[in-house]
Amino acid sequence: MNATPKTTVAGAVPAAPAGAVVMNCQIDKVFYGDFLAVRASTVPIEKNKITGFIGPSGCGKSTVLRSLNRMNDLIPIFRFEGKVTYHGQDIYDKKVDPVVVRRYIGMVFQQPNPFAMSIYDNVAFGLRLNGFKGDLDERVEKALKGAACWNEVKDKLKNSGLSLSGGQQQRLCIARAIATEPDVLLMDEPCSALDPIATRRVEELMLELKEKYTIALVTHNMQQATRVADTTAFFGVDISQGSRTGYLVEMGPTRQIFEDPQQQLTGEYVRGEFS
Amino acid sequence: MASHYFDHIDRSGSVSSPPSAIDNILDRGFRGIAWLSAGFILALVVYIVIEIGGKALPAFATYGFSFLTSNTWNVQTGQFGILPEIWGTLYSSLLALILGGGFGVAIAIFLTQDFLQGHLAAAFRTIIELLAAIPSVVYGLWGIYVLIPLLRPVANWLHDEFGFIPFFSTPMSGPGLGPAALVLAIMILPTVASISVDALHQVPYKVKEAAYGMGTTRWEAILKVMLPTAGSGILAALVLGFGRALGETMALAMLIGNSNQISLSLFSPANTLAALLASSFPEAGPVEVRALMYAALVLLAITLIVNAIGLAVMKFATRKFEAER
Repeated sequence: MNATPKTTVAGAVPAAPAGAVVMNCQIDKVFYGDFLAVRASTVPIEKNKITGFIGPSGCGKSTVLRSLNRMNDLIPIFRFEGKVTYHGQDIYDKKVDPVVVRRYIGMVFQQPNPFAMSIYDNVAFGLRLNGFKGDLDERVEKALKGAACWNEVKDKLKNSGLSLSGGQQQRLCIARAIATEPDVLLMDEPCSALDPIATRRVEELMLELKEKYTIALVTHNMQQATRVADTTAFFGVDISQGSRTGYLVEMGPTRQIFEDPQQQLTGEYVRGEFS
Repeated sequence: MASHYFDHIDRSGSVSSPPSAIDNILDRGFRGIAWLSAGFILALVVYIVIEIGGKALPAFATYGFSFLTSNTWNVQTGQFGILPEIWGTLYSSLLALILGGGFGVAIAIFLTQDFLQGHLAAAFRTIIELLAAIPSVVYGLWGIYVLIPLLRPVANWLHDEFGFIPFFSTPMSGPGLGPAALVLAIMILPTVASISVDALHQVPYKVKEAAYGMGTTRWEAILKVMLPTAGSGILAALVLGFGRALGETMALAMLIGNSNQISLSLFSPANTLAALLASSFPEAGPVEVRALMYAALVLLAITLIVNAIGLAVMKFATRKFEAER
């Protein structure tokens, strides 16, 4: 059940980011066709931090994440109102090509989705795509090491990426995403298809990766948010208008969201009173 | 056989019970029918090969393998050879595969990669599949009365200007390889297109997302990810299309020119095994019928070999880069 928020939510307490903001997502309205999926929410993404998005299902956390690299453009009926600035440039500006945006802002998906090609070619895919002219082998090795799967795959780089286990596949996908060293990495419930051990490895990996990259992470697992996220954004669902519209309820340092939430709804959610 | 080993459990109020005797009989019966059907198909193939083989045996004894390498077909002198027909069969089918296959895969890409809205793509696909419903003889007539007159001036211009290229080395008078291959290409188009569409539809959405997520343009996504992922299915489409082209009879008998010659020229008349069989059988005497049976056996062997190679290539491609599903 979704409780109706007690406090006003329009422009809900935006986090006051302490560090440099790489991306600032200022959503006015997001539609799928006529359906208002997300309304006014401002979500700043800080450099070299992990920003976790949590909330009940249907709260729009994935939609917001996928707006950050214009992945939602693949859905014909998707419509975005507002702006997402990336180093000051609005990526929804008419003159911006979404293909370019996605080359700078990488993505790891909920289901491991390696390509039907060798492990090596999977990792080299982005490098080749971007016309990388240097030492391909070196970069592939570096990316696989970065994704903590080099030791497992170094002797079978020519094998299909699909021959790996689920957890390995997901780390391969992370290697593929970081091979080109994108600035920001978006992770959409990257552990939801993984077992607890593989999940732990990916979480450790995220903590290492944030030294170099900026990460935005959607998770349905609150413990995961407390383990890895520096900042947490809690989204809720508003059903008062007869529809289900997601919005940002509260965003702040993870500790504060879980231990001293400013909004009643946040407190109820993190205590597990609804999901 | 109902299972009774749980009967001792007190399950008053529960409706759980083992499958009834009838369920078990139906299950076994269904399995039996499935096995029988599969066995029947296998037996049919074996029977056809034995039957044709048996009838071809006398001709095989008489002409041996020179039948495959000689190029006269003369009923009066009793000389029979099918090299021109083998050449014509493979050449026309290959041309059809290049044209129809290329076009068919292109159409499949067009129909599946968001170039058209859903219902438009579905309508378009239906129209393409309707091509398969046109009878072969109609294609043949269309070829004779529409395509050949249309092609003739173009062909002769090509011959005049570029006659030094082997493909254009003869003038075009009427039926020949070019029009036959073009019609064949149109005939295999629906097969190739519709199986390729299925193959591309089977690529999971998450793979497409992964490609676009890496920042590919649409063409990069199609060429580097979608096509290779659907590769074995598209290969199957091409193999089936090629198989269909090899065996196509009526339209070819009408359009190929039925002339025993081997030429690279697209405009020269030629012959194929299927066309030879169709045009010679009605008036053939016993000696020629035996030779025709031998030719039929060769055609059967060619189609079986092509399909086997296709399957092997597909298996290789699949084993290499696709996970067990």
